[in-house]
Amino acid sequence: MKTFKMGGVHPEENKISNDAAIEVMPVPQQMVVLMNQHLGAPATPVVQKGDKVKVGQLIGEAQAFMCANVHSPVSGTVVKVDTCKDAFGLTKPAVYINVEGDEWMETIDRTPDIKRECTMEPKEIVAKLKEMGIVGLGGATFPAHIKYSIPEGKKAEYLIINAAECEPYLTSDYRVMMEHAEEVCIGVSILRKALGVPNAYIGIESNKPLAIQKMQETAKQFEGIVIEPLKVKYPQGAEKQLINAVTGRKVPSGKLPIDVGCVVSNLGTSFSVYEAIQKNKPLIENILTVTGKKLPSQHNYVVRIGTTYNDIIKHSIGELPATTGKVISGGTMMGKAVVNLDAPTVKGNSSVLVMDEAEARRNPETACIRCGKCMHACPMGLEPYLFSALVKNNRIEEAKEHNILDCIECGCCFFSCPANKPLTDEIRLGKNKVRAMMAAKK
Amino acid sequence: MTQQILIAVLVLGVIGAFFAVVLYFVAQKFKVVEDPLIDEVAEVLPGANCGGCGKAGCRAFAEACVSQGNLDGLRCAPGGDAVAQKIAQLLGCAVEQGEPQVAVVRCHPANCGEKRRSNYDGLRSCAFQNTVYTGESGCPFGCLGCGDCVAACQFDAIHMDPETGTPVVDEAKCTACGACAKACPRRIIELRNKGKKDRRVYVSCVNKEKGAQAMKTCANACIGCGKCAKVCPMEAITVADNLSYIDYTKCIACRKCVVECPTHAIVDVNFPAPAKKPEAPKPAEAPAAPAAQAPVPEAPKAQPVAAEAQKAQ
Amino acid sequence: MNLLNISGSPHVHSDESTKKIMWRVNMALVPALLVAIAYFGINALLVSLISVASCVLFQWLIEKYIMKVPTTICDGSAVVTGLLLAFNVPATVDMMWIVIIGALVAIGVAKMAFGGLGKNPFNPAIVGRIFLLISFPVQMTTWPQVGGLFPMDFDVATGATPLGAFKEGALPEGVTFMDAFLGHIGGSLGEVSAIAILIGACYLLWKKIISWHIPVAFIGTAFIFSGILWLVDPASYMDPLMTILTGGIMLGACFMATDMVTTPMAKSGQLIFGFGCGLLTIIIRNWGAYPEGVSFAILLMNCVTPLINRWCKPQRFAC
Repeated sequence: MKTFKMGGVHPEENKISNDAAIEVMPVPQQMVVLMNQHLGAPATPVVQKGDKVKVGQLIGEAQAFMCANVHSPVSGTVVKVDTCKDAFGLTKPAVYINVEGDEWMETIDRTPDIKRECTMEPKEIVAKLKEMGIVGLGGATFPAHIKYSIPEGKKAEYLIINAAECEPYLTSDYRVMMEHAEEVCIGVSILRKALGVPNAYIGIESNKPLAIQKMQETAKQFEGIVIEPLKVKYPQGAEKQLINAVTGRKVPSGKLPIDVGCVVSNLGTSFSVYEAIQKNKPLIENILTVTGKKLPSQHNYVVRIGTTYNDIIKHSIGELPATTGKVISGGTMMGKAVVNLDAPTVKGNSSVLVMDEAEARRNPETACIRCGKCMHACPMGLEPYLFSALVKNNRIEEAKEHNILDCIECGCCFFSCPANKPLTDEIRLGKNKVRAMMAAKK
Repeated sequence: MTQQILIAVLVLGVIGAFFAVVLYFVAQKFKVVEDPLIDEVAEVLPGANCGGCGKAGCRAFAEACVSQGNLDGLRCAPGGDAVAQKIAQLLGCAVEQGEPQVAVVRCHPANCGEKRRSNYDGLRSCAFQNTVYTGESGCPFGCLGCGDCVAACQFDAIHMDPETGTPVVDEAKCTACGACAKACPRRIIELRNKGKKDRRVYVSCVNKEKGAQAMKTCANACIGCGKCAKVCPMEAITVADNLSYIDYTKCIACRKCVVECPTHAIVDVNFPAPAKKPEAPKPAEAPAAPAAQAPVPEAPKAQPVAAEAQKAQ
Repeated sequence: MNLLNISGSPHVHSDESTKKIMWRVNMALVPALLVAIAYFGINALLVSLISVASCVLFQWLIEKYIMKVPTTICDGSAVVTGLLLAFNVPATVDMMWIVIIGALVAIGVAKMAFGGLGKNPFNPAIVGRIFLLISFPVQMTTWPQVGGLFPMDFDVATGATPLGAFKEGALPEGVTFMDAFLGHIGGSLGEVSAIAILIGACYLLWKKIISWHIPVAFIGTAFIFSGILWLVDPASYMDPLMTILTGGIMLGACFMATDMVTTPMAKSGQLIFGFGCGLLTIIIRNWGAYPEGVSFAILLMNCVTPLINRWCKPQRFAC
């Protein structure tokens, strides 16, 4: 079974919400839709106070290069175009909508039939991805139309779909494969057509045998889709590691996957591509897991963007357990701890992970014993202990020379350190300082 | 026996003499010619190499002074006026009397008691915590309490108060080198004039959120209402981006703004007694439409209070 | 509900800790300790206990009164140093007070003076042992003779070790490979039994506390190099199997040359380190003044570790 060769760790998988079928989360009475739901500049609001909107209507337009459209997830009246605090307490531009009914745009096909044929040309597909506000749902929310517009001089040879879901606790991709395998395959075929590559490879970690089986059966009906079971190892789902496992190629330092002829997209993205291209449905929903060891029940939901964390918690489990220590958006390795539970969710939010107090505190830091475990765990072949020492002593130039910018912030170093040193934090700080130093030089 | 000693002494003596001559010529050939004035200036400097002047250490500062021939744009903060005078004497130039300055932490105690809204657990670095979230107090502009400023200080002049989680400056030790101000990722610390009798007034807040938002975060936040600016007799206060700022070169420390501020965001330091409330005229007007009349007593009041303030100085 | 905790990712940690590592190493040393007690009796037990107690006490005293930092004696690293120091000395009555001085040097000079755990460039037990060897040469080379099992006398007859005897002329009579393997030979407290050490080493390999690179490189190099010499002149050189079974090679390769703090981190660096140790050991044994070269070899390679760390970088993923 294929895997990446260097580094990696084995956190507890905790896929306790595997068997929870996807439910529909009801729409709350007010929605706050952030204008920045993607990597890059915020979208510009195109509605004003008092406007009536329908589900799927454009409310934020992408006016910068690195930007994506934002569509209304509800129907109702715009209350105000103002700011709101995001999950980390920071103030961001947003559109507030009072929900009235559930009226969808007429262009959206809401029938349950599965539409297989796609007669669009590659350029049309990419343009429609832009129109529908499709972004990568693997966590980085990179605008899809930019990813699928291959720059001059570069050629795509592989399309790789990331269904590894290597983060502990997350099961949304798994449920999508189990319940919407055909739609996913159609989405993958559309992306394959957009790139003009002969084959698409769907990488699935082997801890999801039922999903592998289901996808293998479904893929038989399609041309050019290869299911690639992968060994369970974190971070199998990291872009560079996935490319290395599936194709054996290594993305060089400072370069992008397209430089080795690869384009990688998340499985959830291919499902939204199906909905966008075949059903004219813009990206207004997330498949989100609500999980945690101490929760009374585990869930997977389809949630409209803009639903707040508190709304999700209230509907799924009622209230947070009294011994909750952390609420994480994402998985335990790369997810972000949420401080403001009144914040709205955005595109790409894949989970509300509730961690108990006992697990939520870090152990106290002790002296580095130079065991080298951080180095052996690093999937990029870097030396975290060295970066920690360089950053502490403010030797930023040297940190850059040792390729600190290659770090993918996967967290394997902190995970494996016996002395509990906050290595990932220190390296992130170092990377910020290096970027500041490089910006100052220009 | 004596012959052996003699031979040993002779041989070693010749070797020693030979190397002495070699070293003399080498020293002459590789001699670094430097202006002896640089040594004299360096002698006068504190020698802490704190970098506050912006140069790479005291020696580099001395070199800059000598090569320039005067002290324009060069100031040694730890040395202060005494050192500046001495250097001016050596260089044979004039120097202006500078105002003594001190580091000021413009944030009310933030990370304690009710204001503490979350626990931060992770790398204890303000620069890093700033990239993770707003901080334990929830204020996106407020003090994070991890002590980057304390670590930056080379004069042991700033310490974290364990109860409040915000730093406290020891005025006696602070040399206004500016290291803590540079270290703070949120630019909370500012170098301000120490003021006459070390008394100064400043806005202890750098929150630029709109008033209502700021109030939710912190009861002592500056809400940008502008009352302080209206009341200032020296026009030293400007309000921009929902935040008030007192220009320390114009401030006369009359403390009218301290009294006026509805959230007590403005702080006065080293004054002997609490700021007095304005006097008698107000209770007399009170029974008849106090809201309408309130602006009127302000005008006549301004003069007596200003006069009082001048007397106080 | 209490306040939420916020930190950067990751939000989980493996169950690795320094404490676990150190106590596992202590457990791995237990088989060798039991064999030592079996062959050298009550003296072995007392020397070990005194060594461990002194190391822990000195670390606690230095941390509390000199460095003024919270104590770290619970992490087990002082116990490791204490046991290894004891294993490197003969199990005699004299050693019971001499090992206290060794502990002071090992903990005070070689470890705490550099800043404590993780900051020392030299293996503390090795430094302690070498200090004792140079300061108390007679007592450090007076080896108890192995009689029956569990001798309970304090006064035991002394005799030479296989290496000592070989340096003088020839191996002692009647010493077989099996004797050397089980530990029925003269030598320092913990180094005699190859099998006990190997059991401990296998435990450490299983728990992934050490990797095979240094022990295999060290023992392999010693074996091959001494083998070449023996093939050239069997009369003057000890045969390779006896070479690796006698003296401190087993103990050194498995427990002291694998000390994480003082040895290289990259696998290629570890191979170089092991190779250097093996080579130096055989050179010192055959052409140096001492019959045993392991301690010096390890100390010399510790000196070179920072250079090895600088040269032997891990292979980068993205070049």
